Amino acid sequence: MYCKILQRIYGGKDLQSTAGTFNQLLPKTNTDVKFTGGNILRNYIIKRILISIVILFFVTFIIYVLMRSLPSSYVETMAMRLSTAPGSKPYEEWLAQLNATYGLDKPFLLGFLGWLWDFFRGNFGDSWRFTVPVIEEFKSVIGISFIMGVISMVLELVIAIPLGVVAATKQYSKTDYVVSASALAGISLPTFFFATILQLVFCVKLGWFDTHGLIGRDYYQLSSMGQILDVAKHLVLPIVTLTIVSVGGLMRYTRTNMLEVLNADYIRTARAKGVSEKKVIYHHAFRNTLIPLVTIVGGSLPGLFSGALITETLFSIPGIGYISYQAMVAGDIPFTMFYLTFIAVLTLVGNLISDILYAVVDPRVRIA
Amino acid sequence: MAKNKPEGYLSAKESRRISKENRKITSVLEKQRKRKNVPENEYLTTMHNPNNAVEFDNLHTYFFTDAGTVKSVDGVTFEIPIGKTVGVVGESGCGKSVTSLSLMQLLQRPQGQVVEGEIRLNLGDKAYDVAKMPYEKLLDLRGNFVSMIFQEPMTALNPVFRIGAQLDEVIELHDGEGKSKDDIKARSIELLELAGIANSEGVYKMFPHELSGGMRQRVMIAMALACNPKIIIADEPTTALDVTIQAQVLDLLRNLKNKINSSIMFITHDLGVIAEMADYVVVMYAGRIVEKGTADDIFYHPAHPYTIGLMASKPVVGKQVDKLYSIPGKVPNPINMPDYCYFKDRCEMCVGGCDGEYPPEISLSETHKVSCYRWTEANKEGGEA
Repeated sequence: MYCKILQRIYGGKDLQSTAGTFNQLLPKTNTDVKFTGGNILRNYIIKRILISIVILFFVTFIIYVLMRSLPSSYVETMAMRLSTAPGSKPYEEWLAQLNATYGLDKPFLLGFLGWLWDFFRGNFGDSWRFTVPVIEEFKSVIGISFIMGVISMVLELVIAIPLGVVAATKQYSKTDYVVSASALAGISLPTFFFATILQLVFCVKLGWFDTHGLIGRDYYQLSSMGQILDVAKHLVLPIVTLTIVSVGGLMRYTRTNMLEVLNADYIRTARAKGVSEKKVIYHHAFRNTLIPLVTIVGGSLPGLFSGALITETLFSIPGIGYISYQAMVAGDIPFTMFYLTFIAVLTLVGNLISDILYAVVDPRVRIA
Repeated sequence: MAKNKPEGYLSAKESRRISKENRKITSVLEKQRKRKNVPENEYLTTMHNPNNAVEFDNLHTYFFTDAGTVKSVDGVTFEIPIGKTVGVVGESGCGKSVTSLSLMQLLQRPQGQVVEGEIRLNLGDKAYDVAKMPYEKLLDLRGNFVSMIFQEPMTALNPVFRIGAQLDEVIELHDGEGKSKDDIKARSIELLELAGIANSEGVYKMFPHELSGGMRQRVMIAMALACNPKIIIADEPTTALDVTIQAQVLDLLRNLKNKINSSIMFITHDLGVIAEMADYVVVMYAGRIVEKGTADDIFYHPAHPYTIGLMASKPVVGKQVDKLYSIPGKVPNPINMPDYCYFKDRCEMCVGGCDGEYPPEISLSETHKVSCYRWTEANKEGGEA
């Protein structure tokens, strides 16, 4: 949890992919819970939510302290600029005045509690960097990130799961080697590297796409249909990047799980019954492979809202990842606090969803 | 071989060479197997004795592993008469299960292959050689004509499907023609009752994890009997069960066998179970049959030192012993088997001829066969120990 957020701040892999891979890495704490009644399930969810609130409190506190301790303070930059204006007050005076204006003269704890109080009243403050209310800025950028997230996730599922299944059923064949090797390549390629290569090939050399931005030069002269197509065209490369870097992990995961299931005793039983190989794989085995898959995919659903920092930045797409990056670099505490709290909530919700889904797909953990 | 290397050590180069050769061999066999529209006369055969349900004839099943070829079943010949129970005994890894999996053609392919020999299956009006049958034809036999009860009831049922669905599936596959969903369900419930499950309607709707081990084994038995198979392979069906349930399951199997007049190939390492169940006994050691005969032959006149050792190592009621006998030594490494009696290094009754090549099969009586030098003409008198 914490490391996830820290990773976000210091720019790890794209959130799109981290949402999936992280859930694999995190120890599954509550998956072995047996739900034996609706009441128990409700109590369980309530307990999880209460724990989540405690976690959230500490997470937000740590983020706040980190933001306050960042060397690149928004206020300092501002004071520096204002003090260089002719006939202006000296830097120290500007700093004191701005600190008081932005509420940074208070100690960490008081400042944090103040933020928390406002947050609970639904007052998320104004963004310093964008000089509009945080929630307004957030609303204007979340849509495009969500669209990118959904499309790349659908593509990821459509590509990764069938290929993983095929690789597993033809273990050690040429197909398997090709799939495994490309999955490994996809996992190993850093987003920024792959995105840059794509830009070089398709934008610079071939000139098919624009390197940056969400809309073309002549966007406002186009008909509404043309405008949609223009945006779609600008989204091709970012979505390809997002899909390719995240598809490998899921593919390997599917393959490993499928292999494990195919070696299970009940698969041999199915074959001994005279069930055809196709039905063995796509009915008996696949249904079992779904258990871990659904858990992972379900857990990464909230990741759809969290944007893709590196990809959006590289392609200058004004999505939540790109905007939050700008806010963080500028030391915009209200916006960053809101965004990171949002991510923390999403992650907690994702874990809860995946635990509940586990009970849904696996009858052994079913709510009786 | 270089010094300082432990036994069985393989350099990466050697291992690569072996796996390359293996691939060459297995891909030829796989290609042969994957052909479409194999003419029937290629796998049509005749039974040597029409009273047999299955005849294993010089069966060789090898596993081509990266460490070398494992001859899991190396020239096994025996038959299962119609309506009789044949017990196959031997310690772990001696090839009992692989023999049965060869009959079902459920070997882990492409590594596991039947490389030689015939498995003749008596279908009543004709006989098929299972080892040469194409895949689509096998599907009709599995679960229908030959069925199998596995040794691990806890894991042998699919955890995500209900018992009813898993039972219905077999019936639908082989017996479902013209039957409605309700007919099939009625048959499934009937089978569950046959297998001694009292709450059959309830169990029909349950998931495997809601049942105990004994109950799951009953479900497995019900599944195996669903299409009135002519041959039931029971691969250590009672190993994972406690003794009271064992007795019930054995009773159940015996009664059901008599009801539908099928043959059972009963695989176990429990001599007590064999004594109770089997008409004929086959004793296997390291992939070969060392002794076979009727249950009386094996239990009252064991001839091979390995069988004698097995008998001595089982506890006998009413006999006071401080320590149970155990056969000294261990099973030889399955890769690169020596060309002399595999049991020689562990045998306490060696005779002069034992240094020679693998002993031939010697008939002690019409039914009783043994592969041991103690019973050759020259050593006959020494053998009666």
